[in-house]
Amino acid sequence: MLDLTFQPPKPKVIAGAKADWELVIGMEIHAQVASNAKLFSGASTAFGSEPNSNVAFVDAAMPGMLPVINDFCVEQAVRTGLGLKAQINLMSAFDRKNYFYPDLPQGYQISQLYHPIVGMGEVLVEMGPGVARLVRVERIHLEQDAGKSIHDMDPSLSFVDFNRTGVALMEIVSRPDIRGPEEAAAYVAKLRQILRYLGTCDGNMQNGNLRADVNVSVCRPGQYEKYQATQDFSHLGTRCEIKNMNSMRFIQQAIDYEARRQIAILEDGGSVVQETRLYDPDKGETRSMRSKEEAHDYRYFPCPDLLPLELEQAWVDDIAARMPELPDAKKARFMGDYGLTDYDASVLTAELDAADYFDAVAHGRDGKQAANWVINELFGRLNKEGLAIADSPVSAAQLGGLLDLLGNQTISGKIAKDLFEILWTEGGDPAQIVESRGMKQVTDTGAIEAAVDEIIAANPAQVDKAKQNPKLAGWFVGQVMKATGGKANPAAVNDLVMRKLGL
Amino acid sequence: MTLNALTIAEARDALRKREVTATDLTMSCLTAMDAGDPLNAFVHKTPDIALDQARAADARLAAGDAPAMCGIPLGIKDLFCTKGVPSQAASNILRGFRPEYESTVTQNLFDAGAVMLGKLNMDEFAMGSSNETSCYGNAVNPWKVDDRHLTPGGSSGGSAAAVAGDLCLAATGTDTGGSIRQPAAFTGIVGIKPTYGRVSRWGIVAFASSLDQAGPMTKSVRDAAIMLGAMAGHDPKDSTSADLPVPDFEAALTGDIRGQKIGIPREYRMDGMPAEIEALWARGTEMLRDAGAEVVDISLPHTKYALPAYYVIAPAEASSNLARYDGVRYGHRAALAQGDGIVDLYEKTRAEGFGPEVQRRVMVGTYVLSAGFYDAYYNRARRVRALIKRDFDQVFAAGIDAILTPATPSSAFGLGEMANADPVEMYLNDVFTVTVNLAGLPGISVPVGLDAKGLPLGLQLIGRPWDEAGLLNHAYVLERAAGFVAKPQKWW
Repeated sequence: MLDLTFQPPKPKVIAGAKADWELVIGMEIHAQVASNAKLFSGASTAFGSEPNSNVAFVDAAMPGMLPVINDFCVEQAVRTGLGLKAQINLMSAFDRKNYFYPDLPQGYQISQLYHPIVGMGEVLVEMGPGVARLVRVERIHLEQDAGKSIHDMDPSLSFVDFNRTGVALMEIVSRPDIRGPEEAAAYVAKLRQILRYLGTCDGNMQNGNLRADVNVSVCRPGQYEKYQATQDFSHLGTRCEIKNMNSMRFIQQAIDYEARRQIAILEDGGSVVQETRLYDPDKGETRSMRSKEEAHDYRYFPCPDLLPLELEQAWVDDIAARMPELPDAKKARFMGDYGLTDYDASVLTAELDAADYFDAVAHGRDGKQAANWVINELFGRLNKEGLAIADSPVSAAQLGGLLDLLGNQTISGKIAKDLFEILWTEGGDPAQIVESRGMKQVTDTGAIEAAVDEIIAANPAQVDKAKQNPKLAGWFVGQVMKATGGKANPAAVNDLVMRKLGL
Repeated sequence: MTLNALTIAEARDALRKREVTATDLTMSCLTAMDAGDPLNAFVHKTPDIALDQARAADARLAAGDAPAMCGIPLGIKDLFCTKGVPSQAASNILRGFRPEYESTVTQNLFDAGAVMLGKLNMDEFAMGSSNETSCYGNAVNPWKVDDRHLTPGGSSGGSAAAVAGDLCLAATGTDTGGSIRQPAAFTGIVGIKPTYGRVSRWGIVAFASSLDQAGPMTKSVRDAAIMLGAMAGHDPKDSTSADLPVPDFEAALTGDIRGQKIGIPREYRMDGMPAEIEALWARGTEMLRDAGAEVVDISLPHTKYALPAYYVIAPAEASSNLARYDGVRYGHRAALAQGDGIVDLYEKTRAEGFGPEVQRRVMVGTYVLSAGFYDAYYNRARRVRALIKRDFDQVFAAGIDAILTPATPSSAFGLGEMANADPVEMYLNDVFTVTVNLAGLPGISVPVGLDAKGLPLGLQLIGRPWDEAGLLNHAYVLERAAGFVAKPQKWW
């Protein structure tokens, strides 16, 4: 295991007109639980279905319909909690959050206010080699998603689509440990990476399967440290919550805008009003959605239709025993076992399927060489052609076979690239291709010597020049490689050329 | 005696002996149902369904496959969702609503061969104790004094009137704070609220989910045992339904309660309790003692806090349960004016669709859950509820098998009599019954005698959790000892 010691990053400082300011950020991430069925009904969660086609009676809040918990969603929440090194609460309970909206058929959202299923956990957010922020996760609770109101289909009518109604969400609530827009985006990215490793959320932000509410406040340097020492929020500024963002870029832009807005107010002698705001990406600004006074009174109370959720420790232990290797551990292993750089290990562990691919290629081989090939040749080609790793025409076994041929000097580096091209376009077994197409590297010095002699004899003028300027010896090496169809061992050719030219 | 006046047990035996057919029995009830229109008990009649089910029951009887409820004509409280049949909880807000699904209880009854005659009147959303909050107008008690029309009680007033008036053999009811037991007492029939979780709530329009239970309203304790057996059972669609086997309740009616301990709670002896009720209670106590039970004075010290706690918890849950009636998806939607928005849709729809008592409870419930009042009201009421449950737990732990109390503070009162009273006066009707719902216990109301006006009075027996079998046996002993055979004079 590599020692993952790190230093916290410096908080972002924004210079106002009069003074420097720091940011304090806490986030609530809504992650759709990867599950085929909704949290309390058997209806499908498939994205992109016909409107109102994935709606059970209970989702539509028909009279007398009752929710029944989907055990798999509970398992996913527990798995997520374990992945964030969090406390799993063996007793949790569901509450009703009451408010009226057409896309909320019950008139309440079933959530977990008082007794969430997951308690305190943490996310290590790396901001560069040896620099990372440990963000504490306060809680994770399960709740129902709402439906979708559609206001732009008709000039006078609004429509509702309940396909999303009742889909399971995990709300992952952080402590105010994040200190800048870049950290916020990195936190979301890291969380997304962990969720995808765990298979508990697909992390698709475009479809809204991962959304963020961001709480932003600003304070003068030194105030945050006072808050840390006392846990007294009065040392911090008044916060505003920016709702429902589904892009890392917007999150950063919104935080930056919001911080500067608050700073301008404060430096003008005003005070920040606690409120909920929306980010408008077209205008690049946040605007007020509702103030504290207009905030809903959600009248939370325990949902009488559901019994408290009691988990057995053995069941949790069983999930823990089946946990996949998570990004931090995988990265450390890649660095330790394969000797990768921090950067390469980060690149290779960013996505689980890429990491698995690399792992298969590197296993029992030269890890650094494997990393070079996967990152430069494979990723480069995939990017160029817009393909995902799952769609790669070259399998890990094929690339491994190529590296074996390279490693035992059966082929040269140049031939290896040709071979990669053949594997990409035609497929096949690397060893067979090399055999059948005569791509083996020539290491027979007799044959190479004959080729060298021939080139030297045919180019006396070049020989003279090379003797004046030894750098020109490379020209002979190239000619020999060309004459041998690239199969000659380049090191052997180089040695012979130098010797024959008397350099 | 006409067929519609039979008990379930009598009809079952006659059907099995092929002395009558389910079709004859159903026809007889359909005739009685139509003749009973002045009682305003049935608010939606389903004769075609009834006759189809009766014919199917006859086929099963002919094939020798005749479960206990096979061919038995029933009335179904309007709170139960019945597939394709209007189900509107006696509320204008559900006008025209026909569910696409069948409640678990009615499905269980139909699976056992029962016949549905139609839907029965009730208080709107089961909120009321006199059936006067119904959008259909009140049901009328078959019992009357002189020319005065009386309430059948509520909320299951239509069920009580229909059973007492022999419009059907039995009916389903629901009980959140006494809605089965009080109307049963007012009409001289038997009504049992089972242990919370014994009967599935799936498909029953919710009033207060932590208190609601369905149960049978019947002409005898034996009928209650038979019908409860058919209604009960674990339902995976209701998370609060208990995964417990359903005993043979009828087989438990041995009539032997020798050595059983009956508790008489001193806190139920209220100030100003009518002497008749006091005397009835004493008589009931003697009946059980005569049957060999040991009578013990007990204390349930938190009883006096039950009614206020109930009238915080039930409206709180109701305010949330009724939020779904918003005019968006089904039921009534108000006509909107030009420029009206979504809030206007909610306000107008709910103002038009809900009656005054429902509006009152929604407002009370919203208030007690709101920020700043939650702890003072809702949380305190929950703590009281826990204490009330503990009172019962301690008594049962001390060896008490059942508790005997009055069912109601009076006999049936006149319709309209409470119209100008403080709503709290009406709530006092539930004083003996709400504790049972708060504690989740089984409770049964048994007719024991008539008051000076000639109106039925009932006593309530409260049992240990899940011991409906024992409770029914105690009720059976009380029923036999009381020998209550009075029937209302048919005036309709």
